[in-house]
Amino acid sequence: MICECCQKKDATIHLTQVIDGNVKKLNLCQDCAQDSGIDLNSPISITDVLLGLGAHLPSVSPAATEFDLSCSRCQITRTEFKKRTRLGCSECYNSFMGELSALTKAMHHSGQHVGKIPARQGSEARLAAQVAALKKDIDTAIAKEQYEVAANLRDKINALKTNIESLENGGSHDA
Amino acid sequence: MTLDDMVRRHGSWLESGINEGPVVSSRVRLARNIEAHSFPGWANEEEKEAVWMQANEIFQSMEARFIRWNMAETSELDKEILFERHLISQELAMKNGGCGVFASPDECLSIMVNEEDHFRIQSLQPSLNLTAAWQAADRIDDELEEGLTYAFSPKLGYLTACPSNVGTGMRASVMLHLPGLVLMEEMDPVINGISKIGLAVRGMWGEGTEAAGNMFQVSNQITLGRREDEIIAHLEQIVLELIEHENNARERLMKDRALVIEDHVARAFGTLSNARMITSSEALNLLSTLRLGLDLNMIDQFSRREVDMLFIAIQPAHLQKLENKTLEPDDRDVVRAGMLRDFMEIATEGEDLD
Repeated sequence: MICECCQKKDATIHLTQVIDGNVKKLNLCQDCAQDSGIDLNSPISITDVLLGLGAHLPSVSPAATEFDLSCSRCQITRTEFKKRTRLGCSECYNSFMGELSALTKAMHHSGQHVGKIPARQGSEARLAAQVAALKKDIDTAIAKEQYEVAANLRDKINALKTNIESLENGGSHDA
Repeated sequence: MTLDDMVRRHGSWLESGINEGPVVSSRVRLARNIEAHSFPGWANEEEKEAVWMQANEIFQSMEARFIRWNMAETSELDKEILFERHLISQELAMKNGGCGVFASPDECLSIMVNEEDHFRIQSLQPSLNLTAAWQAADRIDDELEEGLTYAFSPKLGYLTACPSNVGTGMRASVMLHLPGLVLMEEMDPVINGISKIGLAVRGMWGEGTEAAGNMFQVSNQITLGRREDEIIAHLEQIVLELIEHENNARERLMKDRALVIEDHVARAFGTLSNARMITSSEALNLLSTLRLGLDLNMIDQFSRREVDMLFIAIQPAHLQKLENKTLEPDDRDVVRAGMLRDFMEIATEGEDLD
């Protein structure tokens, strides 16, 4: 098998990634794999393929290389984070929000956490989870044309949102 | 408890339980980070040291329950042993200052500090018991959180150095022994099928390792948008299906090739009892055959647990610790063969072999 990148040497590195049930295969020679930033001595994960390799393949929009965004807190740049395929700090999730939300959706098919919430710091998260659940109920109620039920649910959401705002403003509500 | 004591015994997670056969153990790991610090891969030495100090303060009150290894003060050989025993990852073993691990003496719980994330909580249980593993990890996570402010967002959950872990930060996995599927050449379609439903298959020592001795770890890939109990229930359901596939493969093997399998088992028995030199990959394959022989009731001289323990005891660092000296690969092969002969001799002692 010939390397898909240089079309010259034998492909010895075979990567398979599955996104939304579609299997993509990539066959590279050792040199092209190394040029693409794949470290042959460390495990290759889907993330590395999505983040690191993606940066070197023509499918990525050229605009990404024109300016280099960096994290407001740890100063890691987008190029750096793509090269390392690891983020610098928790603030990076805000700094690179656009890219990361697409990436997490591709990886997890979801953009909303529903699991454990830390006990001490989680009041806001618990309220947000309640709001998300009520919104789902509203959709169901509207689908069933139960508009009065939906209106009641909307009032509940508004009340919860007031709670969230007071929390954000340093209030000490604990749900 | 020291590593010298530890290498002479097995971790409690190797105790046999229900649902034996293809299942070896269940594991849950949680990735957690402190809000105030950069992730370990980007943090400078002082920052890593600060996280390590914070971890030490928290664990001070739990001293009786955990043994501590600071990577900066741990020899290369001891790091290898911790790795072979699944208490630390290869990544942590390569680190030094500010990095370390706290492990429970029964080896069921370990908390790596400053690996890819600030904290990696690992919980191991024998056989198929992901719920118990999760509950133990959940408890220690609560204890840690009392003294720390985690990096957490209501939308993305626990924030991790790699976006592939964000959300629950949980990776649940089950270690399976699947010689039937390998012998029937059905493992590739199984791996393909599993990767399509959001799960991954890896080798015995996790990410990037080969599936030596027909041991495979099946784990979840998706960590966001599902609750921990949902992730566990899904994985457990797939594992039960895999066990059924494996058992079916074994049944077909026994129907079509019983004599061939018996021959394999008898030869493994013979080689392990008599070899003077044996590499670790050959030993793992022979032990796998022996384990299959036990499951198929072809042999009964030892327990599955004893065989599972050998999978770890024949590893290079364990052999060197037991011999108390550095051994070149060739010398290791001799020591390994000797250890296996001793084991086989004790197991078959007093038996009248005909």
